[in-house]
Amino acid sequence: MTQRKLGRGVAVVGAGMSQFGTFPEKATRDLFVEAFREMRASVDKGLDPRDIEALFIGNYSSDLFEHQGHTAPIMADWVGLTPRPAVRIEDACASSGVALRQGIMAVASGLHDVVLVGGIEKMSNLPTAEVTDTLATAGDVLYEIPAGFTFPGFYGAIASAYMARYGATPEALMRVGIKNHENGALNSKAQFNISIGGIMQARQASAAKKGRPVPQWSDEMAFLQDDVYNPMIAWPLRLFDCSPITDGAAALLLVSEELAGSFSDTPIAIIGAGQASDRALPNRPDLTSLGAARHASQQAYQMAGVTPQDVKIAEVHDCFTVAEIVATEDLGFFEPGQGFVAAEEGLTARNGLRPVNTSGGLKAKGHPVGASGAAQVIEVWKQMRGEAGPRQVDRDVDIALTHNVGGTGQTCVVHIFERR
Amino acid sequence: MATESFTQADFTGWLAEHKLMGARCQSCGALYAEARPMCPDCFGDDMSWEPLSGQGKLAAYTVVYIPPTAMIEAGYGRDNPYVTGIVALDEGPSISGQIVGVDAKDTGQVAVGMPLQATFVTRGEGDARRTFLAFEPATEA
Ligand SMILES: [Zn+2]
Repeated sequence: MTQRKLGRGVAVVGAGMSQFGTFPEKATRDLFVEAFREMRASVDKGLDPRDIEALFIGNYSSDLFEHQGHTAPIMADWVGLTPRPAVRIEDACASSGVALRQGIMAVASGLHDVVLVGGIEKMSNLPTAEVTDTLATAGDVLYEIPAGFTFPGFYGAIASAYMARYGATPEALMRVGIKNHENGALNSKAQFNISIGGIMQARQASAAKKGRPVPQWSDEMAFLQDDVYNPMIAWPLRLFDCSPITDGAAALLLVSEELAGSFSDTPIAIIGAGQASDRALPNRPDLTSLGAARHASQQAYQMAGVTPQDVKIAEVHDCFTVAEIVATEDLGFFEPGQGFVAAEEGLTARNGLRPVNTSGGLKAKGHPVGASGAAQVIEVWKQMRGEAGPRQVDRDVDIALTHNVGGTGQTCVVHIFERR
Repeated sequence: MATESFTQADFTGWLAEHKLMGARCQSCGALYAEARPMCPDCFGDDMSWEPLSGQGKLAAYTVVYIPPTAMIEAGYGRDNPYVTGIVALDEGPSISGQIVGVDAKDTGQVAVGMPLQATFVTRGEGDARRTFLAFEPATEA
């Protein structure tokens, strides 16, 4: 593989997100304004929005979710940035990770000095069956969907192959959910700002209030094994193995590295970028790994000149619990077949050997699909700048990584960041 | 250049005749259980249809409890889940298909590696009538 370099350095100097959750009263543009406002406030030396030259907006499917196409110019308008060029980028759940890559390329090429990267998705307008239909279109509509595959179904199938090959159990997957909810409980922006233990108490309180028998569980695992309170969605994946339906937006400010100091006291440089594509699941040689994630991370590591061992924290694409386990192997943090052992041993916990998804991940923070890739960068930004509050990790984060997947891995985009 | 047609309509047309057909590259020999007008392995344009046995092994599967609209209309749901999976055909390529002839609520009946054979499921009425590829447990080893 040829080693690729950016034409010039690019840094993140601002990052903000809307509250993640379900907001019947808010449209995408309202969420984007929230994210933009927080991004603007995060720029240490202030941002005059007129300095922004272009917008790159990740969005999966405003067409199907909101019956609104051509969303990027609307976002530009709502934050006062017309007539600047505004483009919508779609690569399923990797849309805003890819939008970040497009923004990086625009700055690295010299075409622009200051660009806004956004991610938006408003999913909760539709009933669950239609959300299921919409998400499934990220698979192959001609060859996979007629078989009855759903999005959880695809990852259920990946889990079946992984479990058969390595002897992992559904309980190992549940460990990922428990851990990510523990992190989400410390993130006030999270859709699930609550631990699994907290959810158990809420279910008990609800039963007591309704005068019903109060359910009892010996521990979190017992709750997660309860068919009533954690129903099966797509075997072996249950409700708490799946990321939720979420409305949300994220915004990042990118500038050329030479300008970074005029915006920020602590800019975060983008030192590695990689992206790859892949075939649909049936045409892959290995169903226990995402080839696109391996390709994308190799490109990013090579560009950055770092190894997986140098990465202090990572935000990875845990759309389903099994996806986080596979991601930690694809990124080289653990050997193939060891990701589930690492999850069981707590190595990916917030203060474990290799903290993964300190934000709560897609599982607990929420997964507004087109916004998730950009939102991952916000967590890295906060942790690297020591601004993650109660969930700040116990070590200096000089190098961090984001891993954003589209579909079942037909797209993966990886970025590596360094605090300068 | 190929004179045959390799469209999705051709593939589903074969399914309607209860035939599973694959597209073989005449240049490099690659075989796909899909309608492929060009070979993605060698960029060759000389493809030809050939029949597939429909015999294979289950490579991965799931049991769907929250179905898409089309499967809800077919009668599936929380209380009537179904199995779907990816089958590695004996000839090499893999393909997705519903797994029928098993009790979806009894996970002991389905396992990665189990031998399967193709079958065909027809759903819908009138213009919406369509034949889908499915698999069932193989009747002989
Ligand atoms: Zn060929």
